[in-house]
Parts: sequence; C-alpha cells; structure tokens
Amino acid sequence: MKISMVVNGRSVAGDVEGRTLLVDFLRQDLHLTGTHVGCDTSQCGACTVHVDGLQVKACSMFAVEADGAEVATIEGVAAADGTLSAIQQAFQDHHGLQCGFCTPGMVMAAASLLKENPRPSEAEVRHHLEGNICRCTGYHNIVKAIMAASGQEMPALAAE
Amino acid sequence: MPKDSGIGASSKRREDVRFLTGTGNYTDDINIYGQLHVHFLRADVAHAKLNGVDTAAAAAMPGVHRIFTGADFEAVGGLPCGWLITDRHGAPMQEPRHPVLAQGKIRHVGEPICAVVADTLAQARDAAEAIVLDYDTLPAVIDMKEAVKADAPKVHDDLTGNLCYDWGFVEDNRQAVDDAIKGAAHVTTLELVNNRLVANPMEPRVAVGEYNRADDMHTLHTTSQNPHVIRLLMGAFVLGIPEHKLRVVAPDVGGGFGTKIFHYAEEAFCTFAAKALNRPVKWTSTRSEAFMSDAHGRDHVTKIELALDKDNNFVAVRTETYANMGAYLSTFASCTPTWLHGTLMAGNYKTPHIYVNVKAVFTNTVPVDAYRGAGRPEATFQLERVIDMAARELGVDPIALRRQNFITTFPYATPVAVEYDTGDYHATMDKLIDIADFAGFDARRKASEATGKLRGLGVNCYIEACGIAPSNLVGQLGARAGLYDAATVRVNATGSISVMVGAHSHGQGHETSFPQVISEMIGIPEDQIDIVHGDTSKIPFGMGTYGSRSLAVCGSAMVRAAEKVINKAKKIAAHLMEASEGDIELKDGRFSVAGTDKSVAWGDVTLAAYVPHNYPLTDIEPGLEETAFYDPANFTYPSGAYACEVELDPETGHVKIERFSAADDFGNIINPMIVSGQVHGGIAQGIGQAMLEGCVYDSDGQLLSASYMDYAMPRAEDVPFYTVDHSCQTPCTHNPLGVKGCGEAGAIGSPPSLVNAVLDAINSGGGKKVAHINMPLTPSRVWAAMQ
Ligand code: FES
Ligand code: FES
Repeated sequence: MKISMVVNGRSVAGDVEGRTLLVDFLRQDLHLTGTHVGCDTSQCGACTVHVDGLQVKACSMFAVEADGAEVATIEGVAAADGTLSAIQQAFQDHHGLQCGFCTPGMVMAAASLLKENPRPSEAEVRHHLEGNICRCTGYHNIVKAIMAASGQEMPALAAE
Repeated sequence: MPKDSGIGASSKRREDVRFLTGTGNYTDDINIYGQLHVHFLRADVAHAKLNGVDTAAAAAMPGVHRIFTGADFEAVGGLPCGWLITDRHGAPMQEPRHPVLAQGKIRHVGEPICAVVADTLAQARDAAEAIVLDYDTLPAVIDMKEAVKADAPKVHDDLTGNLCYDWGFVEDNRQAVDDAIKGAAHVTTLELVNNRLVANPMEPRVAVGEYNRADDMHTLHTTSQNPHVIRLLMGAFVLGIPEHKLRVVAPDVGGGFGTKIFHYAEEAFCTFAAKALNRPVKWTSTRSEAFMSDAHGRDHVTKIELALDKDNNFVAVRTETYANMGAYLSTFASCTPTWLHGTLMAGNYKTPHIYVNVKAVFTNTVPVDAYRGAGRPEATFQLERVIDMAARELGVDPIALRRQNFITTFPYATPVAVEYDTGDYHATMDKLIDIADFAGFDARRKASEATGKLRGLGVNCYIEACGIAPSNLVGQLGARAGLYDAATVRVNATGSISVMVGAHSHGQGHETSFPQVISEMIGIPEDQIDIVHGDTSKIPFGMGTYGSRSLAVCGSAMVRAAEKVINKAKKIAAHLMEASEGDIELKDGRFSVAGTDKSVAWGDVTLAAYVPHNYPLTDIEPGLEETAFYDPANFTYPSGAYACEVELDPETGHVKIERFSAADDFGNIINPMIVSGQVHGGIAQGIGQAMLEGCVYDSDGQLLSASYMDYAMPRAEDVPFYTVDHSCQTPCTHNPLGVKGCGEAGAIGSPPSLVNAVLDAINSGGGKKVAHINMPLTPSRVWAAMQ
C-alpha cells in the first residue's frame, strides 16, 4: 500500500504491507532509527512519537493509519543547527539518561506533557510517565530533568 | 568548591548528545546490504523428547533461504561454561552439553529448536509456523527441592541426577560452625526465597553475523558487555574460528545489567549462518523472546541460621542454599552462587565461624546467571534479613545490634576467604541516620497512624566485592579466564589522545569519566581525549564490563598506560630543554624543568615524538603510544548502609515507599553525578525485586511472566526521589585510583531494607506479628500475611 506523510517537517512516501507498524516504517524505510522498539506489548514507551501532535506509541499503530499525518520523532526535536531543545538539554544537565535506549521515548513523552501542562508537579510527571519504562536511571533524574525543563525549582529531596 | 573538570568533577556526559538526538548506533540500527533475517522457532513446552523436525513445507515458502536444525550443529561445540566448580568432596561439577539448537531433547520453554532464515523477518516468521515438530512431552521439573529427589525426571539423561554440584565453603569450617551453633545462647533461623528475576535491559538483544569469503573474515555485531570474551568463547569453543578471523563489535548497547555478559546461542548461530549462506544474517529479539532466552537472575531458596552469644555477639552463620541453574549452564552461572555469594557471607560483621553450602540444581527453566550484583544481593539479603529477625526476637535495636558486630579494623580477613582492605561501617551508618532523618520518624509514624496507615522503617548494611580478581586467585577457584583488563593510550601528533579500553560502556558513561582521569593526569582539557571501546579490531584484549570493574580494573590499566606515556614524554621534554630527565615536571599540560622558568607545552613534546627532527632517536623510539594490562591484587570492597521508609495500608496491603536513603562508601569518586545515577538505577532495580518483579513458572514449566503485561517492571510512580550520599570515602588501597565501584550497590543494598521496613510497619500495628514475607511484596502477599 502506498502511503505518504510529513515526518519532522519533510514529506515522505512509502510502499508498505498492511501489517507494517509505524515504528518499523520509521526505522526501516525512513532510517529514522532514533525511535526504538523495547517490547511487543505496547508497554515500554521506547517507540513514543507524536502523530498529529498527539503522543503515540509507534509500535501500536500501523503505518497505513498514519497516512496523511504529521509525525514528529526524536530526530526532529533539536534545532537544525544541532542545538538541543530545552528538554533535551535538561536531560543532559540532570543526567536523565544512562544507556540512552529509553531516552527518545522519554523526551517525546516529556515534550507532550509540557505542552499540555507547562508546570507539572512531581506527581504529575511521574503519572505521565506511566507508559515509559527506564531500566537504568531509577527515574530520579528523568523526573528532575522534566521539572527543570519546565523552569521549576527542584524540591530539596531531588538535590542529589 | 566542586571541580569543573578532571577527577571529582560532575562533567556532563558527552555520549548524551547522540542518545538525546536519536543518533546513537545500537545494534538493531545496523543494517548490512544483502542481509537476511532469522526467526527462531522456540520450544513451547518445558521438557520433551524431540523425535524429528519436518521443515519441507516451510522451506518451500516465499523468501526462505534455509532452515537450520540441531543436526546442522552436531560438529560444532556446545556453548561453554566459564567457571568450573569443585564440589564438597573434590569432584568436578556436572557439565552438560549446551547445543546451539536443541538436539534430541527440549529442556526449557524458549529453547531454540529451528532457525528459519529468509529475505524478510515476516517471511521467516510465516515459514516457522509451517514447521512440524514431532516430540513426546516429558514431565518437567521446576522446583529445585523436587529436582534433587532420586525419582525426579532428569533434565539431562547423561548426567547423574539434577545436582550440578554440592559446594561447601569453607568445608574445613563445617564442624566448627556446627559446634558454635550448638553452643550458642540464641539461634535465629530463617527460610527465604530470593526471587527469580529477568534483567530486562530496555534494548533487547541483537546479533548480526557477517562473512567475507575473500579473506575468510567473520564479523559479529552484538549487544554485548564484553566483545573480546564473546570472541574467545565463540571462536575457540563453539565455532572453531581463529581469533584473527573473527571480529566482534558491540556498539551502543542499551543496558546490560549482567544479562549481556554471556555468550548466547543466537550469536553463534548468526555467525555460523552468515558463512553457511554467504550473506549477512540478522536477529533481533522481541521482548517475549527476551523473557525466554536472556539468562535469568537470582532464584535461590535458602535456610540461614545466625547464632549469637549471651551478649548478642554473632558467633556463627550457617546457610544452605539451593541455586537454580535452569536447564543449562550459562557462561558464569556456576560462579555466581559460589564465589560471588559464599565469599560475602561475612557481610560487614566479625562473625568468627561461617559455613556456606550451595546446591546448584538443573531444572526445566531458562538458564540462570549473573544479574546486577550477582551473588552479593543474595548474600546480603539473607544476612540482613536474619539480623533484623534476630534483633526482633531478642528485643534489641537492629542498628545497635549491627553496630556492635561491625568489623572495625582493616585489613580484615573474613572466615570466607576474602580480605577487606578498607571500610568504615560506623561512618556510613552515621551518615545514613542523618540523611534519612531517623530523628523525625516517630512523628511521621504518628501522622500515618492518624490516617489509619502503618509506617515502617527498615535498614540494612551491605558489602560487595567488585572488580573480580586477581587472575591467579580466580584461576585456583575454577575460572577459565583471566580477570585483568587492558588499555592503550594513543597520543596523536598534536597532543590529543585516543584511549582504547577493554571495558565496555552500556550506560555507565565511560566516554566521559575515563577522559576525566587522563585529563587530570596530563592537564589537558577533557575534550582533547576520546575513548574507543566495543570493537575487538580496535581495542586491546580486555575483559569488558560487569561486577563494577570498569574503573577499578580497566581504569587502572589506563592509568598505568598513561604513566608509561608520561614517562616517555618526560624523556623527550628533557631532550628538548637540554635538561636532566629527573628534573622534568608535568603540570597543567606543560613540562617544566624544576627550579627554572624553562618549559615546553604538551603538544610540542607530542609533535616532536611524531616529527622526530630534533629527537634522541638513538635512545628513544618515535611515537607516543603505550598499552598496559592490569591485573589487580584483590577485589575492591564498596560498602554502605541503606534505609527505607514505607507507609502501608492495612486494609489493602498496599505499600508506598515514602523515602529511600543510601549512604555508600565507594572509595574515591571520579564523577559524582554519574555515581549517583548508578545508585539511583540500582535502587530502582532493588525496589523492583522487593516489591514487583518475579518470574513465574507453572508446574509444567510454562513461563507465565513472559511480557510486560505479566512481569511488573518498576515505573516512575512506583519509586520516590532517593537521597544518596557517597561522601564517606575510604579509598581502595590496591588500585592507583583508589576507586571501589558503584554499579551494583543499589541493587544489592535495597531489597533487605524494603522488606525490613514492611515488616516493621506490619509489626508496629496491633495485629498479627509476621516474621518474614517472601519477595515480591505484592499487596496480596502483604495483606494475606497480616490476616
Ligand atoms: S516498543 Fe512500543 S511500547 Fe514498547
Ligand atoms: S537510560 Fe537506559 S533504559 Fe533509560
């Protein structure tokens, strides 16, 4: 099936099987390998992207369903000259990643949260991340990074 | 004043930029022109006699190139076990053959039986469904104590029963321990389970095999923590490929936690099939496959006894542990419950008599091997639970009981064959009491009680042994490998540096922390220094990363290599300044002659080494590149004290972790930010083990927890912000950096304080007293225990 969509502001087209998942189309056809696959049950969030502005798990959507849509992936988050976005920079500043495998999904999830809720509480950040698993960081610095990206002071407990 | 570069600085991680922008190079991101895809048909029963495999219909399906079965691997070696254990009576362990694809028998759910190689993965999967297996199901043995009974079904027909070994340690202590326990004033006995876990790095395993007929060169790209070890094991023991014809590359790896140490069937398969088909062959694990094919962790059933005299001094510890090996021996499976567990049974305490018995058992389950902490969490959990239980039985304060028995003089030789070089267990406990705000606990407990909740506070100490070594000792203990590491410091003509290291980074931030050390030594900026790792064609023969050995062992090799470089550079500088070598000093990137104002920059010396126009060629070779292999004199011994505070809803059994505090002694710290991050991650994995995670088999050997729908991983809402401190520092005395290692501490230290906290909460209420609950402490288990 022939499909076309706008990915990170660029028009793309492809010819896919009906069973091709959006994540596989992004990774294999478009070579946008920043979107990761961590599970096969839509539980881990490593594949999180935005479709028409909404946070979506790219492993739980067929590529054909995104026909005509606007898709944003991790590759489109930094500025064209490579400058990191405020969220990406906060992840680096607060050591919000270790192996980096969950990270694209975390950044996309965080971006979606901050768009809806520019100053989330700690509880709101943790709740928003319920669909994203990180095995490395224990979430401490991810939560801290997302709160910092929203311009908030860190609670005392997050000092370390 | 915190430093902004070099040793002790929280330098920001340079690797983050590629991970944050989606430009990392994980193994599944690698696609080689012309590659084929493999799908493994895996066993869906735990135990069966495999009579035959009919692949004819599948082989005719679209896109299929070839279907491999066990018969294709008859001339190939089995997957080797890296550690030979000698049992109590001096006999070697039983070591079954571990075929790449099942031969004659199926021994666990998930065992690969056939491998379908096709143009696309979808075609390979479709074809696998057309394969007809002819097998007779056999009764499976899952429970370890059932497995060692004389009439139990045998996992391996050619072995004597299902006992791999019966290990006694130290066997000569056995009688003295029995006597001490008989004569003790009080003995606390605890039976417990250390639950089976799945490591679950977020990146599933991947293998891509490649073969070049023109030069007979094999390349394997794989998600590994130790590419040279994989090259050695797969080349020498499985496929018989000489090392110079085999390159193993582990690029960006998305977490390991132990599970990517081991050599797996899929790696050998893809390498073998690439040659057989003369095409690249790629396999990417699904998460469900990972649950059935990654080595599992823990899985001990233990009885521990702690004997005390009338003054509450510990006099003896005796344990009997059943350790599950699963159906085959994974690479380091045999070592984990023995040398990594038994040697830590002294903990932080001066117990004079200790005896450890470990029975390793084969069952029809996925092989078990080292998982974050490996053996040390199992030792710590038993010891710290039994101490808490003893304190409760004796009506004494659990912290006071620990303090009274702390080891306080170093070096200290334990009765279980290791010597702790340094430590200060009172200092970490003092620090813990401070950072966890013990003083405010009573008020917080009253506030909880006012809302109908119970609050508990649990503590524990831990000690671990990191940087496994030295080679001659581990050799005596049965290791089939050396345990040094290696580094090459290559200085470029203009003074920038590439360091090739044997350690492997899969989240630990080596690209940032290793240059901090070199920058400190030479005095040039960190961004002038790069780390090369993960490719056997580029790095010296090193052993990779596990057991928190990266800086302690490989970092020490790097220091030694840098010292050689600096020594040679000083000779060149002496020549350039016409001074005597003994007078040359290196500081802030300049060589100077002591007591004069003569100096020459680092870059001028390095340039002279590569452009040797004015150069003492008769005395010194050109160039500036040195390699060092470093074999440590001992393990390192990080230690610490942890506290967990929970609030428990007695109506539902639901436990909320309110506070978690960790005071660790890691010796010297290179990058405090990275160290804190390692502790956070370890704590979350420990919380996972204590509260959520557990691998569940039914009695037929079906794996019931084979996806994230059934295996509960800790998520952001399950954990609090942690309070961690590593300001207590007793530097390691036998490595040049004085570092001890921090990667596993959190996972070792956290489960006992959690369980202790929950029991403290339960027992603070007016209801039934509860002595122990096995992990994971799910609401239903907690609630049931309280009824
Ligand atoms: S890969 Fe999409 S949720 Fe796990
Ligand atoms: S950084 Fe490794 S899984 Fe999150």
